[in-house]
Amino acid sequence: MNRIIKIIFLDILKNKIVLAYTLILALLSWSSFGLEDNSAKGLLTILNVILFTVPLVSILFATIYLYNSSEFIELLLSQPIKRKKIWLSLFLGLSLSMVAAFFIGTGIPLLINAPDSVGIMMIVVGCLISVIFVALAFLGSILTRDKAKGIGIAIMIWLYFALLFDGMVLFLLFQLSDYPIEKAMVAVTALSPMDLARIQILLQLDVSAMMGYTGAIFKDFFGTSLGLIMSFMLLCLWVVIPFYISLKKFKNKDL
Amino acid sequence: MKKNLFLFFLFLLFSSFLHAKVIEVGANKPMKSIKKAIALAKIDDTVLVYNGVYKEGNIVIDKKIIFIGKDYPVLDGQKKYEVLSVKADGVIVKSFKVINSGYGTLDDPCGIKVYNRKNVIIQDNILDNNFFGIYIQNGTKCIVKNNKIKAYGKQEQLIGNGIHCWKSDSIQILANTISGHRDGIYFEFVTNSMVRRNISIHNSRYGLHFMFSNDDAYISNVFKNNGAGVAVMYTHRVKMYNNYFLENWGDSAYGLLLKEITDSNIIGNHFNENTSGIHMEGITRTRIEKNVFKANGWGMNIQASCMDNVIKNNNFVGNTFDISTNGSLVLNTFNSNYWDKYEGYDLNKDGVGDVPYRPLSLFAVLTERNPSTMLLFRSFMITLLDKSEKILPSITPDNFIDKTPLMHSMSL
Repeated sequence: MNRIIKIIFLDILKNKIVLAYTLILALLSWSSFGLEDNSAKGLLTILNVILFTVPLVSILFATIYLYNSSEFIELLLSQPIKRKKIWLSLFLGLSLSMVAAFFIGTGIPLLINAPDSVGIMMIVVGCLISVIFVALAFLGSILTRDKAKGIGIAIMIWLYFALLFDGMVLFLLFQLSDYPIEKAMVAVTALSPMDLARIQILLQLDVSAMMGYTGAIFKDFFGTSLGLIMSFMLLCLWVVIPFYISLKKFKNKDL
Repeated sequence: MKKNLFLFFLFLLFSSFLHAKVIEVGANKPMKSIKKAIALAKIDDTVLVYNGVYKEGNIVIDKKIIFIGKDYPVLDGQKKYEVLSVKADGVIVKSFKVINSGYGTLDDPCGIKVYNRKNVIIQDNILDNNFFGIYIQNGTKCIVKNNKIKAYGKQEQLIGNGIHCWKSDSIQILANTISGHRDGIYFEFVTNSMVRRNISIHNSRYGLHFMFSNDDAYISNVFKNNGAGVAVMYTHRVKMYNNYFLENWGDSAYGLLLKEITDSNIIGNHFNENTSGIHMEGITRTRIEKNVFKANGWGMNIQASCMDNVIKNNNFVGNTFDISTNGSLVLNTFNSNYWDKYEGYDLNKDGVGDVPYRPLSLFAVLTERNPSTMLLFRSFMITLLDKSEKILPSITPDNFIDKTPLMHSMSL
């Protein structure tokens, strides 16, 4: 299995896109810290990178890579290797390269410019987001053989989590504003990995505002060590569940 | 002749010294009891108390004496009595350690209480674990200086205020340190008074709380980490200069809560890391200038009931929201502030941005209407909505505007 991961990892590195992605992330991060006089604004830029660029690139790149390596997968399947092993090594190779790109591009400037709880939280969350969207790409690409359709699904998934979900939450919040829905809303955030990630970073970044009335409810949940563990468990579930479903489908798929 | 005159004055001088005698109290002195010493003392005498623990119940000073401790003698109220009651003009109480006053909600037993008197000086005392610390009731021209007041109140109802002044005039509260009480400093109907260089931290309700106290000045105080910050209500002509309001966190915790204030000046203060820097309700004709708002949840919360206030030359740096409000009516002026969220440009390089700045973000309005939306803060969709709102204001009042935003922060 390690050998397959190594092959995939090296293959991705040879494919210059991940290198370019790393460079762009590094450029964004360094310039956002360099241009602004206070590091808080740089952190905000990076927050937007984590919530916007990282998921988009992760899901699109992984989807396209999966479609392009369908012949390679078929070749591997003809060997005496378990399907689970192949799928898992593909996933690990892709995740590893996306996480490495994120860590080198954004993690290092973060560690240098903001080596506190905010910076570390951002690195952890950014890595998790990368892996989650790779897993979602696996789920999306197993659903259809058509490459165009698969990429379409990937973009839809990204749009849903980046824009639509928050729009729906906002709509719900205003429709149900007469009811005590704060606690229910905390549960709703579990349905979007991006919201979970964003709130964890907010609790570090905007701590003063989060101590206000509603903020305090979120802080009471997410800010405690139990909440922290819970939200990281949930984020991990967002990796495990999509990947597990895709694995099930891959095992039974007629290729 | 001149020499004789000089000698005569010298004699007068010494005779006056001889007249005011010193009564020493202590374990090794003939006089063991403070109460007896005070009873023996005549006007202008000094009662000097040596180090030791004195459990004499309620000590009443009913004549003009100088009451001084040496090496902080302990006056213990044994959790039953008011420790020291001042019932004469011109008394000086200095260098005592006053501990364990009684508890009572009807008569408010205190560490040191001044009853309807003038020119009392309370200086250099340590107050520990009292119900109320220092209480000035209907006093005039009294000075409370350099006292260290500490209590360990867990519940608001079970603890009194550190320095409590009621219906007084021309009081000076200087350089005291107060912690663990309900309100650090409490003023009610106190006029023409000065509160300066005090440190009020970790009090369970407000660091400073005053109501109906006109023409007072609060200068260079530090209010840190109090239950609900500082509250200022129903008062005219307040001057607040160079104070620090720090780390007042929580729901309904404010750096400075202003309610029904008129004709006041709030200048040169620092508001750092509060949930809400200043919360204003019904404020009129007040100048808010040269303050620094840094890393607060909300820099200023200006309710629509405020009018004719001038908010000028302040630095707003790193706040989650710079301004929020609850209505669409804007009767206040914003001028020449520095906003770190300003994204305009300055073509003629005069340090003033060419594009007006709208400090009120869409999201601040949304959270004001529906606090739960805080959940979506910094979401990508909210950022998009905010940007389009900045260009074409529809929900935020369009006259909520700083026409001359500064390009660089002022050094304040």
